[in-house]
Amino acid sequence: MSKFEFSRRGVLKSATALTAGLAAPTIFTSSAWAAGYTNEPKGGTVTFGFNVPQSGAYADEGADELRAYQLAVEHINGEGDGGMLGTFSSKALTGNGVNGKKVVFVTGDTQTKSDAARASAKRMIEKDGAIMITGGSSSGVAVAVQGLCQDAGVIFMAGLTHSNDTTGKDKRANGFRHFFNTEMTGAALAPVLKNNYGTDRTAYHLTADYTWGWSQEGSIQKYTEALGWKTASAVRTPLGAGDFSQYITPVLNSGADVLILNHYGRDMVNSLTQAVQFGLRDKMVNGKKFEVVVPLYSRLMAQGAGDAVKGIFGSTNWHWSLQDEASKAFVKSFGQKYGFPPSQAAHTTYCQAILYADAAQRAGTFRPSGVGKALEGFKFDGLGNGPTEYRAEDHQCFKDVLVVKGKENPTSKFDLLEVVEVTPRAQVEYPALLLGGELGPYNDGA
Amino acid sequence: MDAIFLQILNGLDKGGAYALIALGLTIIFGTLGVVNFAHGALFMLGAFCAVSIKALFSMNKVALDPTQMTAWGTPMEIRTPYIIDWFGDFGATLLDYSVPVSILIAIPVMLLLGVIMERGLIRHFYKRPHADQILVTFGLAIVLQELVKSQFGANPIPQPAPEAAQGMIDFGLAIGFDAGNVVYPAWRLIYFLFSLAIIGIVFAFLQFTTFGMVVRAGMADRETVGLLGIDIDRRFTIVFGMAAVVAGLAGAMYTPILSPDYHMGMDFLVLSFVVVVVGGMGSLGGAVAAGFLLGILQSFASMNEVKNIFPGIDQIIIYLIAVVILLVRPRGLMGRKGVMEG
Repeated sequence: MSKFEFSRRGVLKSATALTAGLAAPTIFTSSAWAAGYTNEPKGGTVTFGFNVPQSGAYADEGADELRAYQLAVEHINGEGDGGMLGTFSSKALTGNGVNGKKVVFVTGDTQTKSDAARASAKRMIEKDGAIMITGGSSSGVAVAVQGLCQDAGVIFMAGLTHSNDTTGKDKRANGFRHFFNTEMTGAALAPVLKNNYGTDRTAYHLTADYTWGWSQEGSIQKYTEALGWKTASAVRTPLGAGDFSQYITPVLNSGADVLILNHYGRDMVNSLTQAVQFGLRDKMVNGKKFEVVVPLYSRLMAQGAGDAVKGIFGSTNWHWSLQDEASKAFVKSFGQKYGFPPSQAAHTTYCQAILYADAAQRAGTFRPSGVGKALEGFKFDGLGNGPTEYRAEDHQCFKDVLVVKGKENPTSKFDLLEVVEVTPRAQVEYPALLLGGELGPYNDGA
Repeated sequence: MDAIFLQILNGLDKGGAYALIALGLTIIFGTLGVVNFAHGALFMLGAFCAVSIKALFSMNKVALDPTQMTAWGTPMEIRTPYIIDWFGDFGATLLDYSVPVSILIAIPVMLLLGVIMERGLIRHFYKRPHADQILVTFGLAIVLQELVKSQFGANPIPQPAPEAAQGMIDFGLAIGFDAGNVVYPAWRLIYFLFSLAIIGIVFAFLQFTTFGMVVRAGMADRETVGLLGIDIDRRFTIVFGMAAVVAGLAGAMYTPILSPDYHMGMDFLVLSFVVVVVGGMGSLGGAVAAGFLLGILQSFASMNEVKNIFPGIDQIIIYLIAVVILLVRPRGLMGRKGVMEG
């Protein structure tokens, strides 16, 4: 007959071994591995966070972004006429929401201030349970909110941000940009400037003194100097200067025959209007007619500048007068709902909401790394910009770029710009390494 | 040399706006003892008087043209301004001159707004500390600008000068330069002359009328004037209205230079306070002199030659001058003894 002897040490050893043995299978199946991610939706809805300027200088642009987001949510949930979902090359979304969940949304006010934008994004993530954040009308805000989303473990689908830095030195794995950037503007605009103004020109830059202005100035200078143009001077102006006359008067006798206004928003409206007031467009310098260039155009801003935009070249991400089926469907859907055509800000934000929803549907999850992988290298068409690719290396969309000109004889207050050239993607594409930065790893959060 | 003349002209038109706003600020401070942070909002409201008049003149008769469709499938709207439909060429001229015409409307509107503001709110704060006055007037400014934004939107609204004043004037020819070297926009020169005229009218009013004499006496010794049986409060109400009119006219005429938006008042407010402090609190002459002086210095600081030596000087020059003046002359350039020293 065997005899069992119990010692204190033996009991402890056995108990430890038994505990480890019982726990082992669950370690590999429990939430520690399958776990959740930040704001994993549990019920029948999933919440998108729309972070747009609802007050401050870009409030009108923000209002247009919000209109577009509301339209996108309607279309994703199967309401309305479906807009560009009917023309989008991916057919993953079927009007039943995303992954079986109805999309709802919350909004935040960026005020076009980085700290306010971060605070509203944080509130939407922590209090409202937003699964992703999207929107904005400034590169400073985009870079700030992108960093916050990376840390919080949610996807950031950037709104209107044009600085190279957003998908360059400040890029993050959780951040994606549909809008184009200053590098692409320079590459698209330079050939048009060469064809219209020649290669023997001297440019004078007035530049908004912040991240986007520096980026824009650098890109335009690089591409125009490659044409053979000289740069007379590049002067930084304070953001929101209002009256730019003291910066414009030195241009008059500087020897420059082209003024490049690296301004956006209210600054662009004021500096362009004042440049025209000072007679620059009627001036002859070096035997050539003086010209003004506004590298980044917005139809909303063109409305503010009035007649001053006539005949002036610039670039834009999209314009409502495009005649492809997708653009027509979007303009019809937006115009019927709101009574006027969408701006480029409305277009890019609508696309971002649709692209996120589509990627989550294809991935079968809202997990940021899953959605991100579905967006990386994703090639699509039918969203108004022709064939487009979300490049995996920097999360930047590559597509054709529009060069536009202020219309001489507008037929309505919306009909201010005409598309003079659609620059093909190949001409504006650059190696991902050019703009520096590291994506780093995805952060799924919680 | 021509660059220097251009910057002087620049400084004069900018200084004209600073001087007009600062003049109103210092009148209110000198008479009522109130630090009015809503004064920039009055400048903005004046600008929006011009916007409203243009909008009124541009009211359209809308007809639908079923033969033309919008991109979203509705019939195209054909718009004709009523004013042209009713008055023909005269209507078109009125529309063209909407900015100068708007000053006729801005005078009663701003006077009324000023009186309502003073009677309805400001007078309750006469005996309260300056900090309370600043808080309530700053709050009022924010309320006014948000009201304007809700009505007119956030984007700047273009207000062209009359066609006859849109050209350039070759100022250089008059002072011996070659043709085309010192050319300056006509409307900016008009604005400078306009600001001189308004400043002259305000000074003449205070200097040569009985009303002005009483106001000046009240500024010097409010209590004694009260003891003489004069209702100084009622006169000060009118003075507040007058300051509102000056700010409003400055704003209305400035619209072709700077497309107005709801925030423009705040942009000018801080600069104008610096102008008042540099000129001397309560000194009318000081406010005007400092307005033009700082306008010109700001223009010179923006010249490339200066910025190359002192980068960023254009953004701090006004505050730098304020610091230096206050160190050397603590009461400002022409400040009166006893003001803000009690």
